[in-house]
Amino acid sequence: MHEASTNKVAVAEDMNPALFDVEAATPLSCFPDKSRREAERLVVIKPHKGWMGVNWREIRNYRELLYFLTWREVKIRYKQTVLGFLWAFIQPFLKMVVFSIVFGRLARMDSEGFPYPIFVYAGLLPWQFFAECLSRSSQSVVGSANLITKVYFPRLIIPLSSVGACLIDFAISFSILVALMLYYGIMPTPAVLMVLPLTLLTIFTALGVGILLSALNVSYRDFRYVIPFMVQIWMFATPVIYPVRIVPQNWQWLLSLNPMSGIVDAYRSCFLGKPFAWRNLTISLAVAFSVLLCGLIYFRRFEREFADIV
Amino acid sequence: MSKPAIKVENLSKRYRIGARENNKTFREAFVDLAAAPLRRIRSFGRSSHREEDSIWALKDVSFEVEPGAVVGIIGRNGAGKTTLLKVLSQITEPTEGRAVLRGRVASLLEVGTGFHSELTGRENIFLSGALLGMSKKEIEKKFDEIVDFSGVEKFIDTPVKRYSSGMRVRLGFAVAAHLEPEILLIDEVLAVGDAAFQKKCLGKMGDVAREGRTVLFVSHNMSAVEGLCRSALLLELGRKVFSGSVKDVVYFYLHHFVSEGSSGKIAPDMHKSGTGELVIDKVFLTKGTGEPVSQVRMNEPFTVKIIFSVNEPVKEARIGLGFNTIEGKRIATSHHTDTGLETFNGDIGSYEITFDLINPLLPGTYIISAGAHRALGGSTTDLVPEALRFDVLDLSSEGNGYAHHKYNPGLIHFDGGWQAARKIKEEKRI
Repeated sequence: MHEASTNKVAVAEDMNPALFDVEAATPLSCFPDKSRREAERLVVIKPHKGWMGVNWREIRNYRELLYFLTWREVKIRYKQTVLGFLWAFIQPFLKMVVFSIVFGRLARMDSEGFPYPIFVYAGLLPWQFFAECLSRSSQSVVGSANLITKVYFPRLIIPLSSVGACLIDFAISFSILVALMLYYGIMPTPAVLMVLPLTLLTIFTALGVGILLSALNVSYRDFRYVIPFMVQIWMFATPVIYPVRIVPQNWQWLLSLNPMSGIVDAYRSCFLGKPFAWRNLTISLAVAFSVLLCGLIYFRRFEREFADIV
Repeated sequence: MSKPAIKVENLSKRYRIGARENNKTFREAFVDLAAAPLRRIRSFGRSSHREEDSIWALKDVSFEVEPGAVVGIIGRNGAGKTTLLKVLSQITEPTEGRAVLRGRVASLLEVGTGFHSELTGRENIFLSGALLGMSKKEIEKKFDEIVDFSGVEKFIDTPVKRYSSGMRVRLGFAVAAHLEPEILLIDEVLAVGDAAFQKKCLGKMGDVAREGRTVLFVSHNMSAVEGLCRSALLLELGRKVFSGSVKDVVYFYLHHFVSEGSSGKIAPDMHKSGTGELVIDKVFLTKGTGEPVSQVRMNEPFTVKIIFSVNEPVKEARIGLGFNTIEGKRIATSHHTDTGLETFNGDIGSYEITFDLINPLLPGTYIISAGAHRALGGSTTDLVPEALRFDVLDLSSEGNGYAHHKYNPGLIHFDGGWQAARKIKEEKRI
């Protein structure tokens, strides 16, 4: 197996003194106590053919690395900027302002009876996170070429850490929504409890697409040019600036094939207290998990070639 | 007998060559896909991969390493040394064959793996440590030691981008040196850094080797390989050519694969000072055949040849050579007038002068400086402080007692002889 499985190996592994240099016969700490316990690790290296599952246990073993890489991304994002972390507030806030002026005031977009700024922001919140994850994680593997060619670790850690870093910005931009709700005097209903499962679903969707694109981008660098364009189109295919109800009834199923459309709509239900569109959300959920599955499978299939072609 | 720590069986790795296969665009992939059935029909009955499209970076390499053994891997550039380490450290998959490693593996293919120039030294220690497989606790425990070893404690909270390249390397190696794996795979990391630090690294790796870890060590530095390893493996064109005791393998390598040493040409920036009437053009070592060599064995006779040109007629010039350690400490100096020759007087032209000696140096890397002065204590016409670097190997062909130099600290050995102890007085106390 590719992975370092912890198979039992006879503990006859103890050092054979005859193997040492004569001069090394001075006090030896052959194996420090700690690694003696780990002396049972066995790594088998052989070629793999075909598709492989995800070795979750290995990823769990490397969770500290995941933490460090995430922390590195967060740390360097706003290095040498004057405003630093403030950018995480400014970006979504400005977007909200611009959209409110263009679509709310000028285009007089239907906002389901809510003030347009909070309507659009409740949609922008998950969308921004998703778009950010997409563009970051798709570049992540290619951007980590120097690591991939020099050291081994589960490659999935790379897109995972990109998404992890985006979560920090997501948490920050959440506070703007809270401020907007206070400003417009919108009281949260019990539906607000849905925010947790919804956020998880957003993360899974972003991971699915991000993982898939990160692997595709290694072999096909075209994606570097496709992705910014794709993100833009995808936003218009998602009810961020408009409500779902302006789409004709018999076309709404098509909209919900886009997992983000169900999610964005559900976020609004969650905060603004409008009823959930359960059917659309279920379709989105199913699509999101299929995409995640495809992403994982594709990534695992091609990750073994990353070091050779990245 | 315990089980081998590393067991490699028929390990092979094929790389496709040509830019066509790598980084192909989506359109090309589609075209390929469409053309695939056609190609498959055409190549029916033939092997699916055309041999000329690929090279075997490794081919049928098999070997075993006992736990605690320190094995050198040598070979020319492109022999497959790095590929072997990459396969063993799971960075890339083999095409065929298998390998089994027993124990915690750490590989060191680069100094400062994962360093990010925006982060501080402290942050990079944690990042690089985590990448190399250390836990946060382990890093915290060893943090002070690492900083101490690197010698950059003053700048530990400065972004690494403000570091000199030497500081970066030192910090990177310091992290790696504090790994505690059972199997350590090291690739040529000593090729970087200044001489003093290289020596420190070698010392540290010697300690690692003595602690009973299993080490695979790839290097071009034959004296480092000889100093650290007891056995070695020679690769050529992806195949294992020879393996055995480090002495035999290095000897085999030097005799079959290393034909020429440094040509010894002095580049314009190597001249430090001088009035320029007499300029050193070339300094190189030869042994018998007259071909330049870059390695000399202990006790071996060799010749230092200096080629110089005279640009203005000179009188009473003295040509000299200095032997230095890699730290720059002078070991010995010799002028051509020392052995009773007349000072040099010459017209414009090109000249050569040679110095024969029996190598008194202990194994290691040394630097020769060359220069010329006018008269005794007169002005310097040319000075090249680092004219040539060469290695001294512990490979005395006749296998005499000097092989025990490891126990005798110093830089040179005496060509003297001890007389057996004899009693000079009967009583115990004089």
